[in-house]
Amino acid sequence: MLLAEGLRHSFGAVRALDDVSFSVQPGQTLAVFGPNGAGKTTLLKVLAGLVQPQHGRAQVEGGRRAIGWIGHQPQLYGQLTVRENLRFWASLYDVPESEFPRRKDSLLVRLGLQDHEHRRVSELSRGLVQRAAIARALIHDPRVLLLDEPFTGLDRMAAEELRELLSEDAAEGRASVLVTHNVDEGAELATHIAFMRAGRFAHFAPRAGRGPEQVGEDYRNAIA
Amino acid sequence: MKMLQVGRWITAIGLVLLVGVYVRALSFTPIEQSQGLAQKIFYLHVPAAIWAETAMILVGLASVFYLFTKDPRLDRFAASSAEVGTVFCAIVLTTGPIWGKPIWGTWWTWDARLTFTLFLFLLYVGYLLLRSAIPDPAMRARYAAVLGICGMCEVPFIHLSVYMFPTLHPMPIVLQPGRPKLPGDMLTTWLLSLGVFTLLYVGFVVQRYALSYLREQLEAAGEVGHA
Amino acid sequence: MRSPSLLRHAWAVAAKDLLVEFRSRTAILSAAVFVVLVFVVFNFGRDPTAVSNVDLAPSILWVTFTFAAILALNRAFQLELENQALDGLLLAPIERSSIYLGKLIANLGFVGTIELIGVPLFALFFNVPVLPYLLPLALLIALATVGFVAVGTLFSAMTVRTRFAELLLPVLLLPFMIPPLSWAVLATGRLLAGRPLSEIVGWLNMLAVYDVVFVTLAILLFPATVNE
Repeated sequence: MLLAEGLRHSFGAVRALDDVSFSVQPGQTLAVFGPNGAGKTTLLKVLAGLVQPQHGRAQVEGGRRAIGWIGHQPQLYGQLTVRENLRFWASLYDVPESEFPRRKDSLLVRLGLQDHEHRRVSELSRGLVQRAAIARALIHDPRVLLLDEPFTGLDRMAAEELRELLSEDAAEGRASVLVTHNVDEGAELATHIAFMRAGRFAHFAPRAGRGPEQVGEDYRNAIA
Repeated sequence: MKMLQVGRWITAIGLVLLVGVYVRALSFTPIEQSQGLAQKIFYLHVPAAIWAETAMILVGLASVFYLFTKDPRLDRFAASSAEVGTVFCAIVLTTGPIWGKPIWGTWWTWDARLTFTLFLFLLYVGYLLLRSAIPDPAMRARYAAVLGICGMCEVPFIHLSVYMFPTLHPMPIVLQPGRPKLPGDMLTTWLLSLGVFTLLYVGFVVQRYALSYLREQLEAAGEVGHA
Repeated sequence: MRSPSLLRHAWAVAAKDLLVEFRSRTAILSAAVFVVLVFVVFNFGRDPTAVSNVDLAPSILWVTFTFAAILALNRAFQLELENQALDGLLLAPIERSSIYLGKLIANLGFVGTIELIGVPLFALFFNVPVLPYLLPLALLIALATVGFVAVGTLFSAMTVRTRFAELLLPVLLLPFMIPPLSWAVLATGRLLAGRPLSEIVGWLNMLAVYDVVFVTLAILLFPATVNE
């Protein structure tokens, strides 16, 4: 479903990706942990097709149409309402007119946004904006989710809901790649774990039932 | 380094020959009837203008190839050509009024050729400003290429608009269909001057290119900040 | 299937831009105020015996339209930067050109609105008969506007990422605006002075060629400004 082969990419003298290869199947969630500057965001951008890797290739089944991105940038227009934002992004992904109301309503309910549908995004609290951003990412029913530090700035309830949502999606067959520098947040969701440092995977394996503390320890051992 | 030396030699020879052409122009070429002594600036003015324009075309062409190949040498060449083109424009914009004052009585006039060179100069300035505003080399090369191509395509349109204006400028004598109207000696001097400016263009560009390359090496080694 | 979706997406981008602008209204109001200001100042500050109305009027008209255009251009990609939505646009399964076309359409909508307000005011304040020449004038204005807005939209995609973005854009744009503007001013002058249409057809043709060349060039070059 998602495949990376021999990815190499440098920005000037900085090597952001150094021979990274892996694959993620439907229903799997790969959590990539690493310190800032390890190349995690670059990895996601290459997977998303935003950056062409200098060497190697990345392939996502279904192309850009199948990808949903949740990052710390909400990518919502402040002057527009939640509904208008969703409508706009849905149209770019060619979500049929007939489908849109159903999907929109189900997402809004799922994320607790029903009452805010017609409010401008600039008027919403931070937590609500984050939820609206998640709705935006999911409106076109992507088969693959790429998450870049998605829990940053989320309040506890919203973080909990996001976790629930992600595990539901995985159960439905979505593949996800989650990058974060915070091990606690991503460990439980992951089916596979990778530690990234200086552009390389220092570790890549199924989580195999290890809890967050154990993963945290593995991480410190691998990276330190 | 070798390239820099070659460049310096070419420029030096060019400058010496330039002096030679001027001696010839001033002393050994007949004075033109209607315009007098001031006409002699023509030998400096027109070849510089020709190269100023050609340099922009070359920037554009190099930019096109750069976008396809992403070869940094093309970007370096484009930047060098642009700088040299700017200098040549400046030469025209200063010698033009010097020529103009005794003949037309004013320092500046909106005549076709001068105005064209002014707009060309603006194109160059924009190009160089854009380059200086972008620290990342890859982005800088890409954006400069986009602007360079637009600039090259703009040149014919500037020609078109500028030739709509009534002009005080002497009509083309050399570059017109049919045989050039300049009498023998003058034509020779003019052609010599064109040759000299070609040499100067090449010399300056080679030097600038070499300097660019050296600077990039230094930057990569971490010694010089972004310039 | 390719072409229709290109236009459809472009239209979605344009509609979104126009909706956002309509909601905030600051830019369009500034432009409208500027138009009125220039017209009023020019008329009050002018010695009626010195220069005939119709001589300078076209320049004044086009200066105000140009200002409106620069205002529009500055905010076009700024909008994406502010909302950090550019990555979202690039991620979406749309042609890069849709983004450019959408921005172009939105910018033209903005400048067009200013022109719609400006021309009647112009006729009123300057006492210039516009109605008899309305159709050719509209065509002239449309062609010239497309010319510099097309180039401006492309450049604004680049300058928005640099320091001094708002300063750099007009500087880059200046040599590209001069040909279409000078043709537009000359043609407007001739038109309003009642000269026969045959005299301005030449300029209309040149503007049309300019538009075709630069819109095509911009569409081709735009991906280079957003791809990494």
